[in-house]
Amino acid sequence: MITIESLTKRYAGSTAVDDVSFTARPGRVTGFLGPNGAGKSTTMRVVVGLTPATSGSATIDGRRFCDLPNPGREVGVLLDASAQHAGRTGREILRIAAATMGLPRARVAEMLDRVGLTDREAERRVRHYSLGMRQRLGVATALIGDPRVLVLDEPANGLDPAGIRWMRDLLRGYADAGGTVLLSSHLLHEIEVVADDLVVIGHGRVVAQGTKAELLAGAGSVVRALDTAALAAALDAAGIDHTVAPDGAVLATAEAARIGTVAHTAGVPLTELRSADSAGLEEMFLELTASSQREGVAA
Amino acid sequence: MSTATTTAPRSAATTPTDLAAPRPDLAAIPFTRLLGVEARKTFDTRSGFWLLAGIGIAATLATAAVIVFAPDSAQVYGSFAQAVGFPMALLLPVVAVLAVTSEWSQRSGLTTFTLVPRRGRVLLAKGVVAVAVGVVSMLLAMGIGALGNLLGAAINGVDPVWDSSVQQLAMIVLANVLGLLVGFTLGVLLRSSPAAITAYVVYWFLLPTMFGLLAAYQSWFADVQGWIDFQYSSTLLYEGDLSATEWAHLGVSGLLWLVLPLAVGVLLVRRSEVK
Repeated sequence: MITIESLTKRYAGSTAVDDVSFTARPGRVTGFLGPNGAGKSTTMRVVVGLTPATSGSATIDGRRFCDLPNPGREVGVLLDASAQHAGRTGREILRIAAATMGLPRARVAEMLDRVGLTDREAERRVRHYSLGMRQRLGVATALIGDPRVLVLDEPANGLDPAGIRWMRDLLRGYADAGGTVLLSSHLLHEIEVVADDLVVIGHGRVVAQGTKAELLAGAGSVVRALDTAALAAALDAAGIDHTVAPDGAVLATAEAARIGTVAHTAGVPLTELRSADSAGLEEMFLELTASSQREGVAA
Repeated sequence: MSTATTTAPRSAATTPTDLAAPRPDLAAIPFTRLLGVEARKTFDTRSGFWLLAGIGIAATLATAAVIVFAPDSAQVYGSFAQAVGFPMALLLPVVAVLAVTSEWSQRSGLTTFTLVPRRGRVLLAKGVVAVAVGVVSMLLAMGIGALGNLLGAAINGVDPVWDSSVQQLAMIVLANVLGLLVGFTLGVLLRSSPAAITAYVVYWFLLPTMFGLLAAYQSWFADVQGWIDFQYSSTLLYEGDLSATEWAHLGVSGLLWLVLPLAVGVLLVRRSEVK
């Protein structure tokens, strides 16, 4: 379990992380979501002791990371897959990690197999690796100590679709076996498909958190009609809040059954009607983080 | 993207152990293990390998140069020991610099310091390994010099002259280890390979000239140079014998150039952010 309490990290002139508190629980995948520069990476670096916090605390099962006797055996960390000595081979990097943790050498081959790096690839120097291969090597380094907590910063970066699917299954499997998984992303969809709990951060502050089900509830419905204006008028008349996207999709804050009834009564033929799910969360994500986006949200 | 070349990973859904199960208490990472890991990291990159190979090659070249160019009267072991020591004074500090700075310049410190959060211990392990590499390299270089002395004598048809005492050789090793520690200190303080290597080159080549000029024109500086100028004091080690005052000079200037900056550097490393 990862517990973060009132964590604040200030730099000269700016606050990267501002009073952040949340918990990543065992048996669950916690998605840490926010736009670039929102403070995700800084928070994760504080968790694993690479960055000192200005105030507040981060603990792993009640202990500070730097008090863990052999951290690699308890917490698997992947913060930046490119942060490796470019002149070492992939196998050598795993050997060093295994040696540091006091693991038998056989673990290295096991992990290479587990993340799908071939023997030939393992003998190549990391400077010749694609981002996807570095990402797999980074995952192998994180998993080699068989930790029960995983901290992964944007692990899907650079992976191909099959790799993303593999990563998702891996994280799911880890959480289902009782592990704690904290993973960050700036892409909503990526996190939505795997996370059980969500923590949304913007401008260094937590702007929403809860189970995915909680955050999805009340997300409303997506509805389309041939005559968008007529649909909007009907929703107005029924007192249902809604927004119209440029492509004609209407996001309404009511469940599908109610909207269907309203449209039927008003005689507006619908072309699409479904529960908003990701669309609703995306809207929320954009809205919640709009003030902290580097670029204005494209309407 | 060449991820297409990777084989299909084994199903990741099978996790080997029950992660929720309680585990026996883990033992702390022993210091000897860190020594082993850091020693391995000194040799396992191409630059590390060639740097160490370069030490052997440079010693051989220096030995050959003495045989070829030195007059017959100088074909004694002392000449060889000095000649092989010279390239070491530049190469060994670079080994020490890179052992430290690559963690930042190559960013491998992100992994190193998450696996071992107590950064002071990592630095200590690096320091011990660097000194060991320095001593072993010096002994190796002196061995090569000894072979050169035998070879030179055989070519000239004379008996080899062993004019250096063990004490003198030990002093030369000490001088080189001190130089290596200056490199190590600069690495810890600057945490950047180019910056630390440049700083060492300045220390080794430029500083003696500047301090020499200062001493030549300012008599007050000439009086205190031994206390302040660490390189000046440590170069005397090559002479093979130091007076009590000269040892005191070495100690005091070493405090200024090694102990203080290293203490500051270690403190900064422990507090800094690893990115």
